[in-house]
Amino acid sequence: MDWTAILLTGLAGVLATAGPLVMAAIGEALSERAGVVNLSLNGTLILSAMTGFAVAVATGSLAAGFLGGAVVGAAAALLVAVAGITLRQSQVAVGFVLALTLKDLAYFLGTPVMGAAGPRLDVLPVPLLERLPVVGPLLFRQDVMTYASFLLIAAAWVWIYRTRPGLTLRGLGEQPAAAFVRGADVTRLRYLYTVAGGALVGLAGPMYSLSVKAGWKGTISGLDGLGWIALALTIFGGWHPLRIAAGAYLFAFLQWLGVVLQPFLPGIPSQVLQVAPFPFMILTLVLVNVGQAEWTGRLLALLPEGGRRRLAGLLRLLRANPPAALGQTFERE
Amino acid sequence: MIRARSLWLRTGGPVIGVGVAVLAAAGLLLLAGASPLEAFRQMGLGAFGSVNRLADVLVVWGPLVLVTAGLLVTFAAGLWNIGIEGQIVMGAIGVTGVLRLLQDAPLPPWLVLSIALAAGMTAGAAWAVLAGLLKTIGGVNEIFGGLGLNFIASALILWLIFGPWKRPGIGSMSGTEPFPESLGLPTLAGTRLSLWSLALGLAAVGAIALLLSRSALGLRLRAVGLNARAAFLLGVPTWRNLLVAFGLCGALAGLAGFVQVTAVYHRLIPSISSGYGFLGLLVALIIRYRAVWVVPVAAFFAAITIGGIQLPIALQLDSSLSGVLQGLLVLGVLFSDGLRHRAAARS
Amino acid sequence: MDIILKEIRKTFGRVTASDRVTLAVPGGTIQGLLGENGAGKSTLMKILSGYLRPDGGEILLGGKPVVFRHPADAVRAGVGMLHQDPLDFPSLTVLENFMSGRPGHFFPSRAAARRRLRELAATFGFAFDPRAYLDTLTVGERQQLEVLRLLSLDVRVLILDEPTTGISAAQKAQLFETLRRLSAEGRTILFVSHKLDEVESLCHRVAVLRAGALAGALTPPYTTAELVTLMFGRPVVPPQRQPQAPGRPVLELRGVSAVDDRLRLAPLDLDIRAGEVVGLAGLTGSGQRLLLRACAGLVRTTAGTVRIGGRDLTGHAFPSFRGHGVVFVPTARLEEGLIGDMDLAEHLQLVHPPRGLFIDWPRARATADERIREFAIRGRPDTRMRELSGGNQQRALLSLLAPPLALILIEEPTRGLDVESAVAVWIRLRAHCQAGAAILFLSSDLDEIRAHSDRIVVCFCGRSSPPLDPATMDIETLGRLIGGKGWDREAAG
Repeated sequence: MDWTAILLTGLAGVLATAGPLVMAAIGEALSERAGVVNLSLNGTLILSAMTGFAVAVATGSLAAGFLGGAVVGAAAALLVAVAGITLRQSQVAVGFVLALTLKDLAYFLGTPVMGAAGPRLDVLPVPLLERLPVVGPLLFRQDVMTYASFLLIAAAWVWIYRTRPGLTLRGLGEQPAAAFVRGADVTRLRYLYTVAGGALVGLAGPMYSLSVKAGWKGTISGLDGLGWIALALTIFGGWHPLRIAAGAYLFAFLQWLGVVLQPFLPGIPSQVLQVAPFPFMILTLVLVNVGQAEWTGRLLALLPEGGRRRLAGLLRLLRANPPAALGQTFERE
Repeated sequence: MIRARSLWLRTGGPVIGVGVAVLAAAGLLLLAGASPLEAFRQMGLGAFGSVNRLADVLVVWGPLVLVTAGLLVTFAAGLWNIGIEGQIVMGAIGVTGVLRLLQDAPLPPWLVLSIALAAGMTAGAAWAVLAGLLKTIGGVNEIFGGLGLNFIASALILWLIFGPWKRPGIGSMSGTEPFPESLGLPTLAGTRLSLWSLALGLAAVGAIALLLSRSALGLRLRAVGLNARAAFLLGVPTWRNLLVAFGLCGALAGLAGFVQVTAVYHRLIPSISSGYGFLGLLVALIIRYRAVWVVPVAAFFAAITIGGIQLPIALQLDSSLSGVLQGLLVLGVLFSDGLRHRAAARS
Repeated sequence: MDIILKEIRKTFGRVTASDRVTLAVPGGTIQGLLGENGAGKSTLMKILSGYLRPDGGEILLGGKPVVFRHPADAVRAGVGMLHQDPLDFPSLTVLENFMSGRPGHFFPSRAAARRRLRELAATFGFAFDPRAYLDTLTVGERQQLEVLRLLSLDVRVLILDEPTTGISAAQKAQLFETLRRLSAEGRTILFVSHKLDEVESLCHRVAVLRAGALAGALTPPYTTAELVTLMFGRPVVPPQRQPQAPGRPVLELRGVSAVDDRLRLAPLDLDIRAGEVVGLAGLTGSGQRLLLRACAGLVRTTAGTVRIGGRDLTGHAFPSFRGHGVVFVPTARLEEGLIGDMDLAEHLQLVHPPRGLFIDWPRARATADERIREFAIRGRPDTRMRELSGGNQQRALLSLLAPPLALILIEEPTRGLDVESAVAVWIRLRAHCQAGAAILFLSSDLDEIRAHSDRIVVCFCGRSSPPLDPATMDIETLGRLIGGKGWDREAAG
C-alpha cells in the first residue's frame, strides 16, 4: 500500500467514526431548535450502545439492535420532555441527572453481555461509485449507518431550510408565541422533535457498539465523554447540520491524528493523546462565542470603521446564536 | 383541611418520589435476575454492617459534604459548576505537588500539611475561576467550559502519574509513591476515617449556610443568580461575584481533594475525585439547594455508594447500581416536585 | 361579518381581566376599543382571536356561535389579530415570516410567496425587501408585514392591538388609510388604543372598557369629555410642572458617538444641569436608547467625552458611573430593573449594603416597612417583586433610589401604569430634581415628554436635535421631527 491509499483508508475511517457524532449532534440540534435542551446525551449514548449490542446479540439481528438503541434514546428524551415541558422542571437538571444515571444503568445492566462476541455491521460498497478515484474509497465503501449519517446531514438541512414544517421548527425555538398564532401546536411539536432527536441520539449508540467500536466492554468501552462532545458540536455547529457535520469530522480527524502521531511523540503518554481532542473541542467554543461577549463589542467600538466592520463580519460568521427560547416553557398566559 | 392538603403535598410528594425511585430500582434488579430485597439488604449490610463499614461511609461523607457545600454557593449564583470534578483533581494535584516538594524538607509535618491544604484550596479555586473566566470573558457556558476543564484535569493527572511523578520503575494506575505516614491526617485506628475530614465538612456546611442566609455577599450572589442583569443595574458587580462564587466552590473542592490525598489514599491516584463532584451535584439537586439537608442526605448517598460495593461480592451484581439508585432518587424528587407544582397550579 | 361577544368572562388568578363583556360589532365598521392600560382590552381581543380561552361566554360570528381552541381556528374562521408586541420571528427573513403558517405544499415555493407578497404590498403602497432579516426592520414595517400576512390568509375581521405605539407619523397615516380602505371593502376592524384622538379620528364606533368591564359604547357625535369620563370614571388633572432654577452641570457630552448592531449615533453635544428634566423623543430604534445607555457607560462611546459632575468618565463602565451618582432605571422592570424572586427588604440591602459582613434582617425589614409606607407600595417587606402589580413595582424601583444622586437615566417611566401611578412616579422624580439630581428620560408617549420635560431632544436615525423648548413646540411639529421631517430647519437651529 502506498501512502495515498493509507491516507484514504484513514480518512474513510474518520468519516465512519464521526458518523455517530453526526447523528447525535443533529438529533440534539432538532430538539434544541424546537426549544428543548436534552443534556442527557452522554448517558443516552452509552445506554443505547449497550442496549443495541445486547439486543443484537440476543436476536442476532443488527436491525433489532439499532431499533433497540433508538427506543432507548427516544425514551430518555421523553423523560426530559415530560419533566421540562409538562412538569416545568429545569431541563438542564433533568438532563444532567439522566446523563449520570443512564450511564451507570448501562454498566449495571450490561454485565451479562460484557465482552460477548456479537455481530458487527459490514462494509457495503456502493456498486460502480466505489470505483471512483478518491471519492469512492472515502464515501462509498462504508457501512449502511455511515451512509445514513451522510443522508441525515442532507435531509436535516432540507427539512430545516426548505420545508414548511422546517420553517415552523425554526420559529418554534425562536418565538414560540409567534409560532403558536401561526397555527403551531407548540407543546406537541416540542415533544415530537425532542423524542425524534432523542431517537437519533439512540441510533448513535449502536453505531459505536455494532460498528465503530464494536462490542461492549463496560466502563472501558471508551464511550464516556462522547455524548458531551456531541452536545458541544451542536453549539459549535450553530444548530446548522452542515456546520455540525464539519465539526464532527474535525473532531474525528483530530482523534485519528492522535493515534497516528503517537509513535512520533514518545514523551506523551497515550492516555493524554486520547483525551486531547476533547478539551480542544470545548475550547473551540470560545472562538464561536467570543463574538457575542460584551467586551468584544467594546473593543470593536475602538477600531476604525473599516476594520470594525470587517472584524465584526468575521465574528458574525463564526458566531452561533442559540434559539432564543431554548429551555424556556411556553404558556398561553 | 387546606393546610392538611398542602402539608401532604409538601412532604408526601418527595416521599412518593423516593418510593417510586426505589420501586424502579427494584424493577431493574429483577431485570438483572436478582432479588431486590436481598440486594437492598446487602447494601444496608455493606454500609452499616460493621464499624469499619460505617467508617467507610463517613470517609465518603467528608469530601462529599465539602463539595456539596461549595456547590450550594455556585447554585445560589445561578451557575452549573460541572467543572467541580476537575477542581477536586486540581486540588489533589496541588496538595501532592507541595507534599512531594516538602516531604524531605526539615519542616514539622503540621506545617507541611497546612501549606499543602492552602495549595489544594488555591489550585481548586484557580481551576474554578478559570471556568468562570471562560464564562465571563469567553462567553462559554460554564457547563461546557467546566467539562473541557474536567477533561484537561484528567489528562494532566494521568500525565503526572505516568510521567514526572511516576513510581520508581514504571508508572501505573495505582498512582504515585505513597507519602510517609507523618504527612497524612491522623485516622481512627484501623480505618481510613479522619476526624479532621468530618470537622472540615461540618465547618464548611455551617459557614456556607451562614454566608448564604445572613451575609451581604450571600445576598449579592443570590441576586446575581436570580437576575444577573437587574443585579448589575442595581450596582452589584456581576462578573466579580460570579468569579467569587466559582472561587469559593473551587476552594472547597480543592479541600475535598486535600482530604482525599492526605486522609484516604495517601498518594495521588487517577480517580482521586472518586466522582464526588458529580455526586455532590446530585445531592445539591435533590435537597433543592437547602443547606440544612446537606448533612443527612450526603450521609444517605454516601451509604448507598459504600453499600453498593457489597453487590459484586455478595450477588455478582455490578456496583454501578449505587449510581443508578442515586440518580433515580433525584429524578423521583424532581418529577414529584413538578407534579406537585402542577397540582397546585390546577387547584 | 357581524361579531357578537356575549358575556365574555376571563380571570387570571385573583384578577378579573374580563367581566361579562357584551359587545356587538356590525360588519364593515371600524370599532374602536378604548381604555386605560390594564382595562382588559387586550384580553378581550386575545379571546376573540383564539389566543386565550374564555372562562365563560360566547362568540357569534355572522350570527353563528364559534369556539376557537387555537388562533389557527380563528384565522380559518376569518379572524386575525395584530398583537401589541409583534408576534413574528426577528431572526428570519421578511419572506420567511410571510410564508410561515401559510397553508400549502410540503416544499413551499419561495417564488410564489415572493410574488404574492409583492402584489399585496403594491396594493397598499408598502415596500419590502423579501431577503431582509426582520430585526433590521422598524416596528412599523413589521406591523405592515403582519397585516399583509393576515390579509393573504383572507381574514374578514382584523384586530389591531395598540398598533400606533412606536411607529412614525407617516406610517400611522398610511396605516389609517389602509384600515379605512379595508373597512370600505367590507372587512370589520377592531382597533384597540388608549389614545383618544386616534379613536376619534378613525373609528365609526367606540366601546370603552374600564377594569375589565364595558363602561359604555358611543357612536359619533360625542365629545372628548364623554370619552374621558367613561375611561377614567373621573376627570384627570395632570401634575403641574414647576420650572427649576438650573444648577451646576451634571452631564456634559462633547461630540459623543456610539454604535450598536444597527445604529451609529451621530456626534452629539449635550449639557444637563442639576434640577433639569430632559426628555428624549423618537421612534423605537432611532438612537435614544443608545444615547441613554451611553450616558450610563452601558455601551462604550466611540468618540467624544462624557463628563459626570465635572469628572471625565469617558470609556468607563457602568459601575464607575454608578459610583458617581448615575442610576439607570430600565423599561423592562422584571427583566432588568428588579429581581422578581426577591423582596423589597432584600433589594434595599442590595442597593445599600450594610456596614459589616452580616445583615440584620429584622432591621432590614423595618427599613423596608418605612419605604412601603412612604412610597405607598401595596405589599409587605417580604412580598416578592413578581407578585406586585406594575405600578407597585415601579414605586418599589423608585424607593431604591436614595439621594444624593447626580443623574437619573430612566426609560419609559410610566409605561403600563395607570394614571394614578404615573402621577405618583413623576412626583417622586420631581422630588429628586429638587434634591439636586438631573433626569434624562426617554418615552414613546409624546404627551409624557411634553408634560414633564424642561427641554426635549428628538432622535431620528441616530441623529439628535439640539435641546428644544417644549413651550414653543406643538405636538404636530414634534411629531414631524420624530418622523424625520423638517430636520434641516429645526435640527440646524
